[in-house]
Amino acid sequence: MNVIAAFFATPVHAAIGIIYGILIFGTAVTQILRRVSPGPMTQELTKRVVSWWWMITVFTIAILTYRMVSTIFLAFVSFLALKEYLSLIPTRRVDRRVLIWAYLAIPAQFYFAHMGQVGLFMVFIPVWMFLFLPARITLGGHTEGFLRAVGLLSWGLMITVFSLSHTALLLTFSFNHGGGAGALLFLVALTQFNDVAQFTFGNLLGRHKIIPKVSPNKTWEGFLGGITATTVAAGLIGPYLTPMPWHYSVLAGFLIAGAGYLGDITISACKRDLHVKDASNLIPGHGGILDRVDSLIYSAPVFFHYLNYFFGNWPATPL
Amino acid sequence: MIAFLRCAFFVLIVRPILTVILGANVRRRDLLPRTGPAIIVANHNSHLDTLTIMAMYPLRRLKLLRPVAAMDYFMRTRPMAWFAVNMIGIIPVSRGGMNRDLLQRCVAALDKGEILIVFPEGSRGEPEKLSLFKKGVAHLVKARPGTPVHPLFLHGLGKALPKDTWVLIPFNCDVVVGEPLLWTGSIESFMAELQARVAGLAAQIHMAPWE
Repeated sequence: MNVIAAFFATPVHAAIGIIYGILIFGTAVTQILRRVSPGPMTQELTKRVVSWWWMITVFTIAILTYRMVSTIFLAFVSFLALKEYLSLIPTRRVDRRVLIWAYLAIPAQFYFAHMGQVGLFMVFIPVWMFLFLPARITLGGHTEGFLRAVGLLSWGLMITVFSLSHTALLLTFSFNHGGGAGALLFLVALTQFNDVAQFTFGNLLGRHKIIPKVSPNKTWEGFLGGITATTVAAGLIGPYLTPMPWHYSVLAGFLIAGAGYLGDITISACKRDLHVKDASNLIPGHGGILDRVDSLIYSAPVFFHYLNYFFGNWPATPL
Repeated sequence: MIAFLRCAFFVLIVRPILTVILGANVRRRDLLPRTGPAIIVANHNSHLDTLTIMAMYPLRRLKLLRPVAAMDYFMRTRPMAWFAVNMIGIIPVSRGGMNRDLLQRCVAALDKGEILIVFPEGSRGEPEKLSLFKKGVAHLVKARPGTPVHPLFLHGLGKALPKDTWVLIPFNCDVVVGEPLLWTGSIESFMAELQARVAGLAAQIHMAPWE
């Protein structure tokens, strides 16, 4: 009994317990579905659920150990996302070595996050890398395709490193409740919950497509169902995991769901332009890392700034 | 001792680098030959090609794999030759066509039930461009007509580590394994079929432009 009691001792532990509860429920449902209506759809669903077990377990270990471990884990996710992006886009051979600098931006950015150097964190990629990379590309001496190379690299670094690194910055918050880990768990759990809820509502009730040219499976029913479910879930768990009272939590849930949706379709548009369905096949049933963190790319900065604006406890450093 | 070093080399160096820095998307891994005699034929862009193919096998099958590699390159210095022969297990060949001696060494390997890895493009060539296959492999299959030839297409490794550099840049790579083919009866028809099969595998994947 003591072990169980200790496990639920903190809000973060309790929330992870609930997540595993949902996972067990989801596993049971897919197993029943597989018996009732076997087919490619349920097979795909089973693969996805198995991958969820892996992802949630790795994430749990990452956030329950030391903050440094969590930050290194998040930096690694960012690395996988950037690698996937760079492997998909057209690249000029002359820029091969420039990419080293783009990769090196990851340890720097996550170091600033870990040290809580918010000022440097906020300008390092949007200002310093933004100015440096085109100059470095120029030194390669080839002007043919220059603009495209600069544009593709800058955008990729912004979405896969700058945006995603906000997850690590959340960890530096020292709130009472769940601390930085609570804030991160709130963001990631709700972003992923919103994806699953949109998928589920879309599949059960979906009729009216939103933007069929970009993402044919996205429907108004899925979008509204997902956003409602996420907002309600946020209102329920926010007061425990974060310093936000329920009404702030509800708004946070609404913003995370909306931003997550935009991230999802933006990465879809990107993949569609590149004529690929999935960014890779790293995670069975899900696709690549980019397919899994697409919503987080938008929801992470939005949630960080929301939380920081209303509840940030930074010393008054100019940003 | 050598076998142990070899396993350690793959477990501690090759596999971590390939999984973390490269990350292969393998299609139809189930079509790889499990036992010899068999020949794997792949396109060649990088030193990593051989290691990537070998890393798809469980450790206990490593000793079955025999990459056929150019002697003038790999046997230049003694440490490199030791490494190539003992760690990778190459069958050294001299460039410039199939001679009787080489053919016999390859046939002997097949007769021992080993799996040959052959890159009929000859050299790594222009990165990520498929060049015309050389006919040596056809002579080999002609000598042992029952041997299944497994075509394989590799993409992305020539971006990560092309010729003339040792700077490894992380890129995802693709491996597409094809259905095995058998001796067709003539050198020309076999080479045409093989080249067409590899080109067919190449068409299955998305290849980001690299110009």
